[in-house]
Amino acid sequence: MSNYVLFIVIIIYLAALFFIAFVAEKNSKSKWVNNAIVYSLSLAVYCTAWTYYGSIGIAANSGINFLPIYLGPVIAAPLWIVVMRKIIRISKQHKISSIADFISLRYGNHRFLGALVTIVCLLAIVPYISLQLKAVSETFQILSDKTSYVSTSVYDDSTFYIALLLAVFATFFGTQATDASEKHKGIVVSVAFESIIKLTFFLFVGIYVTYILFDGTEDIYNRMSQSENFKSLITINGFEDGFNWLYTIMLSFMAIFLLPRQFQISVVENVREKHLKGAIWMFPLYLLVFNIFVIFIAWAGNLTIGNPDQAEYYALLLPLQNGNTFLSVLVFLGGFSAVISMVVVATLALSTMVSNNLVIPYGFLEYFVKNRPERNAKYIKNIRRISIFSIIIVAYAFYVNFSFELSLYSIGLMAFVIISQLAPSFFIGLFWNRGSSKATIIGIITGLGVVFYTLILPFFIQALTGSDDWVQNGPGNIAALKPHALFGIDFLSPPAHAFFWSMLVNIFSYVSFSVITKGNYRERNYAEMYVDSRNFTDLQDSALVWKGEAYVAEIRKVLVKFLGETRTERALNLFFRKYNIPPDTQMADARLINFSEKLLTGSIGGASAKILISSVVKEDEVSLVEVLKILEESKETIARNKLLREKSDELTKITNQLKEANEELLEKDKQKDEFLDTVAHELKTPITGIRATTELLMDDEDDMPSEIKAQFLKNMLQDSDRLSRLIHNILDFEKLSKGRTQLNIQKKNIRETIQKTIDSLHQIAEKRNIQLIHSNKSDFYAQYDEDRIVQVLTNLMSNAIKFCEPNKGKIAVDYKYGKGFLEVTISDNGKGIPKQDMPYIFDKFYQSKNQNIQKPEGSGLGLAICKQIVENHNGKIWAKNNQKSGVTFGFKLPFK
Amino acid sequence: MKKIIIVDDEPNIVMTLEYTFKKHDFEVYIARDGSEALEILERVVPDVIMLDIMMPKVDGYQTLKAIKDNNKLKDTKVVFLTAKNKASDIEKGLKLGADKYLTKPFSVKKIVSEINELIAS
Repeated sequence: MSNYVLFIVIIIYLAALFFIAFVAEKNSKSKWVNNAIVYSLSLAVYCTAWTYYGSIGIAANSGINFLPIYLGPVIAAPLWIVVMRKIIRISKQHKISSIADFISLRYGNHRFLGALVTIVCLLAIVPYISLQLKAVSETFQILSDKTSYVSTSVYDDSTFYIALLLAVFATFFGTQATDASEKHKGIVVSVAFESIIKLTFFLFVGIYVTYILFDGTEDIYNRMSQSENFKSLITINGFEDGFNWLYTIMLSFMAIFLLPRQFQISVVENVREKHLKGAIWMFPLYLLVFNIFVIFIAWAGNLTIGNPDQAEYYALLLPLQNGNTFLSVLVFLGGFSAVISMVVVATLALSTMVSNNLVIPYGFLEYFVKNRPERNAKYIKNIRRISIFSIIIVAYAFYVNFSFELSLYSIGLMAFVIISQLAPSFFIGLFWNRGSSKATIIGIITGLGVVFYTLILPFFIQALTGSDDWVQNGPGNIAALKPHALFGIDFLSPPAHAFFWSMLVNIFSYVSFSVITKGNYRERNYAEMYVDSRNFTDLQDSALVWKGEAYVAEIRKVLVKFLGETRTERALNLFFRKYNIPPDTQMADARLINFSEKLLTGSIGGASAKILISSVVKEDEVSLVEVLKILEESKETIARNKLLREKSDELTKITNQLKEANEELLEKDKQKDEFLDTVAHELKTPITGIRATTELLMDDEDDMPSEIKAQFLKNMLQDSDRLSRLIHNILDFEKLSKGRTQLNIQKKNIRETIQKTIDSLHQIAEKRNIQLIHSNKSDFYAQYDEDRIVQVLTNLMSNAIKFCEPNKGKIAVDYKYGKGFLEVTISDNGKGIPKQDMPYIFDKFYQSKNQNIQKPEGSGLGLAICKQIVENHNGKIWAKNNQKSGVTFGFKLPFK
Repeated sequence: MKKIIIVDDEPNIVMTLEYTFKKHDFEVYIARDGSEALEILERVVPDVIMLDIMMPKVDGYQTLKAIKDNNKLKDTKVVFLTAKNKASDIEKGLKLGADKYLTKPFSVKKIVSEINELIAS
């Protein structure tokens, strides 16, 4: 395949990536950009060319040893919910934009520590990037048919141009905002896209090799099992190999947290904490799927190509040698995707660290302070751009000079071992508040020294002198100092060996020096914030203990230098409003200091932010004891406030309940008054009649006609009856409604009860020539107080008689079984009840305006008493007008 | 002859009043509620109308208002005769324009003298 065609393919692919990143950046609020799937896929930036090509190399030459690199992250993933969430929370709160900031802030925003972490990252990652370039370069050469091609000058080398293209891409999307803690949605989405591409194409070639070139997995296995060293390829070889496995798993476990590109994607670019929940299963799944075909491609390569030196590129060579150029190009693009995503994210992360932790705090800060704000933003961006370019160029230089000697796998592991030197200060510091900055620095440097001696130095000596005498025999032939077998531990692979010793020394230094030395108060302050992050999230800006003198105006000036006028104003306004501080306050407090430091951290890194702010404030030394005391108090205040709030809520609730109860009582009182009023009124009516009639009869001078006299006497009798009925009903109603009446409940036949009632009303009905119909002949037994139910029935039926027209009236009584109740209905063909009266008919003293006969028949309590009786039976009473004429009253009684 | 309309929905009470006023040379008209009273008022202009307050359909207050609105009845005296005897009720009745507020139970003799006094004034 022609060199140029391949280049055009690369350019088109890069253009597509540009386009995707661009669209994502434009739609940065869309749910297509912000979701758990994109987040999980972007985490797969972990899978670089090393995964894509390197794993196959290892699988071909040493069997399943490629696996532990993926087991570490898989084991780590469930822990994310605890550890990663904590890291994300702390980082968001402090606007942390890199792992260097994260570690240095934990140890009191230590400038040197930030720089040291940056250097460790550079040492690990630059060779790692060069390894990626090597992969692109070699696969490019394989595809363009120039396997023996060696470039004569830089300008003639395709890798150089590819490196340049990558740099441009990373620069363009990585430095849009000055604030490095802001999200790079374009990059994240393009990385996620590349994760799909590399996985898909890798699976393509896996399927192609396994099922088209061979007859499936079994075929490859069977053929492979005939080779002589087969057993060593599928087993872990004993105790020693077991240790290698263990250490490699541990290494990759740490790497998934510590690699700058992983920190960038998983922490800095995390949009929502809850996306972690998706990632903890999607990401391991991705790794698993990626590794399905590794072993089969490797074995297929061993069987058909059988050249261990080319094992890393079996995935490319297999389709190529079988004439499938198209698939080869796809494989190449998959590998290229893995490279681009790694290089772009890694350089982005590194450039942030270089600018915020190396360049700005060591030299540029003073320059910035004098500068105009607009230019500062530009300078910061330029520093990052130059950093990106330089990192890639240095990586390229490293590649040109050294990478011929190394496999993808070994450089990858070397990077892991170096980066793992950050592990003690990172992990232990997250959970142990005693860890101090001095101890961290000593730990990292000694650990790094061990790595240098056991891993890097041998590599350089071998690369430069071409002899491994020094490695084989140790310096001065001292066996205990053999770089790959310190103190006789000779069973570990060089990376595992370096990891073991460096970690031992590192952790020992870190822990012992932390215990011996006492960190300063600032360190301890941040330590508390990290270790107890949940508690301190509540404290927010007041979590920083600070004493001293500072003017708001001075701080404002510094902020304006880096954020510009508008952003500073907006931020300060927000701050003042949040804490309810008058905007014209002159003296700054600890909260403003902390807030301002955080604001600046995003742009220039934690260390520089601290230096800048302290340059305009006069800070008083605070003792460690004081810091702890103040923190404890703040925490207590929060707890107390919470308690107070709870108590206050409780009181409010009780007050409301009291208010309700009081209102209810008042309402009851009012009802009682109204009731008494009505009772008095009702009683007065017959008394008035009796009183007036008595007077007339008494004063009669025998001129009253005898029939009138008789009528008056009859009236008096009627009124007296009405009066006694009223009194009886009022007392009855009162007793019923207070529940003071004991019901005499017995098993009775409802048919008989109804008949009994009808018999007693027979005469009255007959008088008005009204028919009482009771045709249901079935016996039905239920539990009720018969006398009371007779009272209800009598009331309802005599009401019906009252409302029916004489001679035409028909009253039908019926009953039926229901589900757990007995229902009795009394319907008539009278006038019915006016609609407006319907809701009130069961109220006491409510008399319908539609009565057919004149007063003084009713007491106004009949239906109210009926209702009480039915309800005392746990039943229900109701009334509704019939469709044609009249009304139906009914009641239900429950039975067991 | 003096004319009186008695408006009450309690027949036994009405009967005593009717007998008494007839005996005292009144021309007596009976209404069971406000609407019946207003019907009578269309053809009769009485000297006095005696109103109960709590009555079905049109109550005492509404009837009083209708009388006050009718210019033809400006000389008719309105008397409330009711069981409502709270101070607030009495105040309300007089405020609405009743000429007298009498409460139940009552003395027949006293009612007659009150009414006569009212007509004479």
